[in-house]
Amino acid sequence: MAILEVNRLSISFGGLHAVDDFNLSIEKGEMYGLIGPNGAGKTTVFNLLTGVYKPTEGIIRLDGKDITGKNTIEINKTGIARTFQNIRLFKDMPVLDNVKTGFHNHYSYSTLTGILRLPKYRRVENTLDERSMEILKVFDLDKEAALLAGNLPYGKQRKLEIARALATEPKLLLLDEPAAGMNPYETSELMETIRFVRDHFDMTILLIEHDMKLVSGICEKLTVLNFGRTLAQGITSEVLSDPAVIAAYLGE
Amino acid sequence: MGEKQNNIDIIKSMRRKTLRKSMLNYGIVIAAYAVMQIMIATGNISSLLKGLLVPLCVYVIAALSLNLVVGISGELSLGHAGFMCIGAYTSAFFSNAVGNTLPDLPRFILAILIGAAFAGVFGILIGIPVLRLKGDYLAIVTLAFGEIIKNLLNVLYAGIDSHGLHFSTTSAMDLHMEPDGRQIIKGALGISGTPKNSTFTIGVVLIIVTLIIVQNLINSRNGRAIMATRDNRIAAESIGIPVTRFKLLAFAISASLAGVAGVLYAHNLATLNTKKFDYNTSILILVFVVLGGIGNLTGSIIAAVVLTALPEMLRFLNNYRMLIYAIVLIVIMLFNWAPASLDLRSRLREKLFSKHKSEKREEGEQDGNS
Repeated sequence: MAILEVNRLSISFGGLHAVDDFNLSIEKGEMYGLIGPNGAGKTTVFNLLTGVYKPTEGIIRLDGKDITGKNTIEINKTGIARTFQNIRLFKDMPVLDNVKTGFHNHYSYSTLTGILRLPKYRRVENTLDERSMEILKVFDLDKEAALLAGNLPYGKQRKLEIARALATEPKLLLLDEPAAGMNPYETSELMETIRFVRDHFDMTILLIEHDMKLVSGICEKLTVLNFGRTLAQGITSEVLSDPAVIAAYLGE
Repeated sequence: MGEKQNNIDIIKSMRRKTLRKSMLNYGIVIAAYAVMQIMIATGNISSLLKGLLVPLCVYVIAALSLNLVVGISGELSLGHAGFMCIGAYTSAFFSNAVGNTLPDLPRFILAILIGAAFAGVFGILIGIPVLRLKGDYLAIVTLAFGEIIKNLLNVLYAGIDSHGLHFSTTSAMDLHMEPDGRQIIKGALGISGTPKNSTFTIGVVLIIVTLIIVQNLINSRNGRAIMATRDNRIAAESIGIPVTRFKLLAFAISASLAGVAGVLYAHNLATLNTKKFDYNTSILILVFVVLGGIGNLTGSIIAAVVLTALPEMLRFLNNYRMLIYAIVLIVIMLFNWAPASLDLRSRLREKLFSKHKSEKREEGEQDGNS
């Protein structure tokens, strides 16, 4: 069964149909790419999936559960985590704490337990530290754990954002232009990381990307958006050789 | 194996760093307390300074509580004097109403709890609608709140008799009390005859308690959630943190701590009225927080002490007093935030730090040789 099932999803802002009749079905463990020219509505799809916008029409199902119209917090609890096109880290907090915050809904204790430092506080914090370091290790960030997130170099900030998203233990991970602003070396390193995340965490990943090398390198399936409409959908190699797609990217 | 050890080392050193930071604050407060006690014992203290000790504690607590809102949760409150006012009035009313039926200490402890509770409840009432909004609405609403509370209490009359409590907003006559009744809140005249339970020692204990609450909160799961909402609201929501709830948590705790400061203030004076709890006081507390460094608790403590004591210490300068005070404010501001000063400080720190480090390395080498 598909882990994410989107049917006839639409949203319009005033008279503008930002996303129109969008359909998507992602199987568990799949690496799925969402591409399209600037302004095609890719990030709007992400915002719809994560509850930032409420769709005017359509249904979103995660693992069989209807999550249409729920808010961001509930949707994250149901199992969708994301990263952002413009990096959004907790800049004034240490790298480690960024990941620990990701575990917010999985390891909890009350405010009073925290203030009074009851035994549960120590226990949970120890587990949190251990698990966060494990995730940081995957992204080769463990040595920077004590640094402020804002002081990390750009490429590592991108990785930390993925690490934080994974800490929420999602079923589906959305990556919004993970390779934006990276040099070719960093991009190929990132490709390895994303592959590793998929295998290591048994993750389903939907990503937006402009870097065609990355897209053709790791995505098994693609959906191409143009002006809010689906232009092509299917196996990566077939979609990329579709004349309509080439036309949208290169112009006729 | 080595990797795991490495991880443990990193976590341990992070924990040591936070512990050191917290301990520094407790240390400063306790050291200051010890110095003052010695000065009092040896009679080396002016009556002026002695009279300042409790107000100093009041302002330190108020500054710490406001820093929780401004520095940790990233909202702006311009009405913290209002919460102090609520703490002061409710606790003074309680202490007067109960009178001598309870011994001093338990009554004062109850008064503190009551002041904190009422201020906290008002914090929640204001926070629920306002903290849902994005933007600096809290500043506007708390500003209005501070003024409203002040004006309401200015026309409030309250008393107690054998039938219970009586309230009126028009005049003392409207309380319709039995002959055995006692009027406690007398409109604009405020409350008089509150037992003077506040001492320097209790004030310092309350500062320590405030520090424990604020510091332990910051270093806990919910504290991280609060700071996450401050750093990036959208990202915090995307990882499942209910932003409004945690902003509210910080604001409510801050309000009740401000209430505690109010309780301490009220039980230090023979007469309590609303004059002291105006806009200027709210801004003054904000000045402590900003000059001490937003989010920096040590800074808040030092700024509150220095800036409260300074105008009093400068009294001998007469007319030049406020001029000097203003200059000091500007100098502190420059020291804290000017790029050149930040640069200098980081270079100094690096120098000290690397020196420290190389010494350690030498020690290690010597150990290895022997």
